[in-house]
Amino acid sequence: MKAKICAIPFLSMDFIKGIFSTSLGRKYIMAITGAGLFGFIIAHLIGNLLVFAGPEAINTYAKKLHDLGPLLWVARLGLLGMVGLHIWSAIKLTTENREARAVPYEGEVAPVDNHRRDEIISNFAARTMIYSGLIIAAFAFYHLAHYTWKVPQINGVAGEVEGDFETYYVADDMVTRKEGQEGEDPADVYRMVVIGFKVPWVSGFYLVAIGLLCFHLSHGLSAMFQSLGFKNKKHGPLLDKFAIGSSVLIFLGYISIPISVLLEVIK
Amino acid sequence: MGKDLNLKLKVWRQDNADDHGRFEEYGANGIDTDMSFLEMLDVVNEGLIEDDREPIAFDSDCREGICGTCSMVINGVAHGGQKGTTACQLHMRHFSDGATITIEPWRATAFPVHRDLVVDRTAFDRIQQAGGFISVRTGSVPDANATPVPKDDSDLAMDAAQCIGCGACVASCKNASAMLFVAAKVSHLSLVPQGQPERERRALAMVEQMDKEGFGNCTVTGSCEAVCPKEIPLDFIARMNREYGRALIKRETSS
Repeated sequence: MKAKICAIPFLSMDFIKGIFSTSLGRKYIMAITGAGLFGFIIAHLIGNLLVFAGPEAINTYAKKLHDLGPLLWVARLGLLGMVGLHIWSAIKLTTENREARAVPYEGEVAPVDNHRRDEIISNFAARTMIYSGLIIAAFAFYHLAHYTWKVPQINGVAGEVEGDFETYYVADDMVTRKEGQEGEDPADVYRMVVIGFKVPWVSGFYLVAIGLLCFHLSHGLSAMFQSLGFKNKKHGPLLDKFAIGSSVLIFLGYISIPISVLLEVIK
Repeated sequence: MGKDLNLKLKVWRQDNADDHGRFEEYGANGIDTDMSFLEMLDVVNEGLIEDDREPIAFDSDCREGICGTCSMVINGVAHGGQKGTTACQLHMRHFSDGATITIEPWRATAFPVHRDLVVDRTAFDRIQQAGGFISVRTGSVPDANATPVPKDDSDLAMDAAQCIGCGACVASCKNASAMLFVAAKVSHLSLVPQGQPERERRALAMVEQMDKEGFGNCTVTGSCEAVCPKEIPLDFIARMNREYGRALIKRETSS
């Protein structure tokens, strides 16, 4: 038995090394942080869909979130930690994978039973997880700059009269617009969404990013169960269907917002 | 006798482990469709020997799909892509006259090429030696059914135990991951009573050795199970993931 630096279970060096410096351990990290981020994607979607319930609903929701204060920061740091670990293990695993197959094959994949080709080559989503993932990370950064940090140059309407999200606040009734103060008055999230997505390229980029996210999830969600050892012959196919089904639903849920703005269903 | 085929082979030739290697083309003429793929290579080699050229080195032993020795990537697919077969059981009737066949060795950093199509697969041996065994009393054979094993468990254990360690899973995986092999070896002993005393130690040690050998990681593409000549399913990798997690927790909670 190796020496333990700490006698508390799950805090011993052996356990930490077993998770952070082994292939299977890092897959657990991918899966667990992936599950956490999936939870965020669902919660964020439900919050966003309040836009259909009108300005009062979504602005009240946004205010409630902001009023959580320190708790909100706990959640934000937790998310940031999960994103960090997810990306760290992804890069680590991908680097190892590249090194493990240093010389590529010359022959085109052509099995003698040609109908088996699709089973033998890995599907596109699985092959491109690192790329879809990194693009999603870049989008998340842009999305934060757009709506959280409210960088005027990013919202696509900078310079126009209504362009600065820093001036979007509402009175206490959550509907009447006013020029308020950050931290004092509730933000007019509803108007930010409408003005933001009115710009076609903003909506376009959003659609592409959400598409990639759901593409990433269509493989990631089922791989997550596999990595954590929850998959077996009996319910494996069901988990695959869950992965595809929820990816499609999430895609439809998210894109319904910019599309509704562009079609002026929400204005 | 079957029909005769004339084929063009594009074969990886490498003089030794340090050689850079290159593809060379050969004609394979008058090949009987009833020949196995390895018999076809034998014919080509006889021709090469007659011409005073170096024959193509490849591994083979039983030639009945059970030893796991033959290892070649045929047209980009480990063992050629017939369901549940090794290269030695692949028959030439699957190829059409005039076709060009590309033949390459397994490509994985953990399986360095010795020569031509022969790779060094001792990495698998070292993984097995790390924990893929049970410690038993040697000597007389124990009585049959002295240790009861539920039928479902023994069936599942036998599914995993079919692994012949050929390395096609590694060769086919885009990440050259050995996880299907290790999963089969970890699983089949964890499912039977004889494997219980060393269950946790086995999972931890085999995974540790697998990582040391420089194999890649599973990205759940399923390519391994598609080329496995023994059709070992991907579910066993989930089982290994479970076994490893269980072993980590058990090691923490038992002092």
